[in-house]
Amino acid sequence: MNDAAEKKLALSHFWVAFAAFILACFMGEYQVLERSGFIPALDSAPVYFASVSTHGVLMAFVLTTFFIMGFGYTVAAASLKQPVWNKPLAWLGFWVALVGVVLAAIPLLAGKASVLYTFYPPIVAHAAFYIGATLLVVGSWAWCAIMLMTFNQWKKTNPGQAVPLAMFATAMNALLWLWTSAGVALEVLFQLIPFSLGWIDTIDPGLARTLFAWTLHPIVYFWLIPAYTAFYVFVPKQAGGFLFSDEMARIAFIVLAVFALPIGFHHLYMDPEQAQGWKLLHGIGTFVVALPTLVTGFTVIASLEIAGRLRGGKGLFGWILTLPWDNTMVLSVILSLLMLIFGGFGGIVNASYAMNAMIHNTAWVPGHFHLIFGGTTIIMYFAIAYYLWPILAGKPLFSKPMALTQLWLWFIGMVILTTPWHILGLLGQPRRISSVVYNNLLTLAWKPYELAMIFGGLVLLGSACLFIYNLVKTQLNPVSEDFAETIEFAGTHHAPAPMPEYLNSLGLWNKVIAVLMAISFGFPILQFFFMKTFGSSAWGY
Amino acid sequence: MQTEPSKSINYIKDLCTQFNAIHIDPLERKWIAISLMIVGLFVGIITIDALFHGINPPSKVETIDSASLHLSEEFAEDNLGVQVDDKGAITIRMVAGRYSFFPKHIDVPAETPLTFRWVSMDVLHGVHIPMTNMSTMIVPGYVAEITTTFPKPGDYPLLCNEYCGLGHNHMWSNISVIAKEDWHAPTKSQVKGEQQ
Repeated sequence: MNDAAEKKLALSHFWVAFAAFILACFMGEYQVLERSGFIPALDSAPVYFASVSTHGVLMAFVLTTFFIMGFGYTVAAASLKQPVWNKPLAWLGFWVALVGVVLAAIPLLAGKASVLYTFYPPIVAHAAFYIGATLLVVGSWAWCAIMLMTFNQWKKTNPGQAVPLAMFATAMNALLWLWTSAGVALEVLFQLIPFSLGWIDTIDPGLARTLFAWTLHPIVYFWLIPAYTAFYVFVPKQAGGFLFSDEMARIAFIVLAVFALPIGFHHLYMDPEQAQGWKLLHGIGTFVVALPTLVTGFTVIASLEIAGRLRGGKGLFGWILTLPWDNTMVLSVILSLLMLIFGGFGGIVNASYAMNAMIHNTAWVPGHFHLIFGGTTIIMYFAIAYYLWPILAGKPLFSKPMALTQLWLWFIGMVILTTPWHILGLLGQPRRISSVVYNNLLTLAWKPYELAMIFGGLVLLGSACLFIYNLVKTQLNPVSEDFAETIEFAGTHHAPAPMPEYLNSLGLWNKVIAVLMAISFGFPILQFFFMKTFGSSAWGY
Repeated sequence: MQTEPSKSINYIKDLCTQFNAIHIDPLERKWIAISLMIVGLFVGIITIDALFHGINPPSKVETIDSASLHLSEEFAEDNLGVQVDDKGAITIRMVAGRYSFFPKHIDVPAETPLTFRWVSMDVLHGVHIPMTNMSTMIVPGYVAEITTTFPKPGDYPLLCNEYCGLGHNHMWSNISVIAKEDWHAPTKSQVKGEQQ
């Protein structure tokens, strides 16, 4: 099969993703420096908040969405061995999303959209920011349609056969993203855009926050699923073994997608506009969604153990030493799991309904999501990039030792950055402050941790530069005729039995999601139309 | 009428047979059981605390017009701060606005239940007192109510913890927690005034 068109499509998406990433890394290091106050010349709240807003949008929306789209096209073509459905639509989606990014970037960089990537009405940004963000999401909906159509086409032409796990996970992610993005789309289309254009005078921030909470948790799983997909379909093969269980992997993806959605109120635990019963319900759901992660941890480690023992590892832990630590995918998964253990622990604290009061909106929270997103998830994006880039470009990777160094540096930098960040939160430092001006002795205890964070950020920035340098040099390599690597998916440990239909299609799970969403968000959204509420007028910043 | 339920029962039966047909390794079964127990333990503790010990985050769904707080009886300037009602219950009414919390400084007793009622006069704010569990979002249009007790006397800062504009980091004020026996209700407290 000639998949040159899919390869070009995927590489274009990846380049946008990582261009956004490197720009945002420089901003991140500037932000820790500015916030620490060690360089008085840098001190500027307007520049700081323009930077924080741009950093958030680039990392959370641009890097992720473009990377996931490119990854989806690659997985679909390689695992199904058939062309991706409707490539003109794919390119249209790419360009719509890219125009959206540029449209949003102009007010962001000009300081006209310093509302952070979470929007925070009734503060308003320039309308171009909201319209640009909407176009980015609309572009990604084209990707969702293509993934679901390709999935269904393959099932029609291959009746009774199990959809390859990689494609099952990717299609599940497309379905998840359609549901996820609906919440923020409602907020932006019916509240923020009309508000920023002056078509409506007031909006209800309580309703806006509820709609944003709809999106805010499952979006994290949208970002995470490509990393988990790599755990299941690439890692076992790269480590020299087999996937422990294909069925459990599917169950994990299903539970992730289904339970990621109806639980967003753990972001609203401290909010006055939702009642405690709904918060408790969402809180319990939040713990349920920890289950697929626990199962994933087991399956991935079991798969690694099979590989380690096949490579001659003996004893209870001896197999760890015989793993190929010099394989970028294997090294990444080990470091990713380590960060997941610590990040997961922090996540349980956040999820704990009452204990959350201790750390809510403190520095602990950005510490947590940098560890679990910037660490666990992004290190797998690196691993996927190192694995796919040579295959997509048809050229060998420029330097493997440099890639391994880069991955270690990312891990070390992330530990140095996020450990003090968590501690600052426990010491009471609020998040999102541009400098520390509180006239209080407590702030003296914060200084050493802020210093450590600058150093951690510097290590991360160095690592990010090595990553981009390696990819650029790979891209600039001459096309090698004898380079013929292809994507290899892991085989399974157990002979695959006939796959039950519920583990091979999305229809049932779509209905389950609809029911759960109606239960958990139906009344909490409708209440704003039943009770007497008072809108807020627009504010600058 | 009768076909509907039996249809769905058959559907569920079919799902169960399908579920039992898939291969799950015995070791994996054990791990799933352990995972369920861990999650069950956390959920159990949280639910029991919420239902029987009343440990809940601030969740009183009460609306207010943030644009006209000065005209409201409760949050007019004279009524802000610490008040004691005739049963001795202490309520503290606070207004958050860019960039401070009003009143700027209050005295409260230690080891006494305190009910804070927070409102915003402009945008979204959040407030916490470090080293305590006094933390809530302050959303314009809503009253955030939280009851807590401070065990240790001392001077604490009140910090805004939600981005509210370029001056966000300048938004803070002070609270003094005074030993219970040394604390006196403020003289302008309405109810007390009537009694005198």
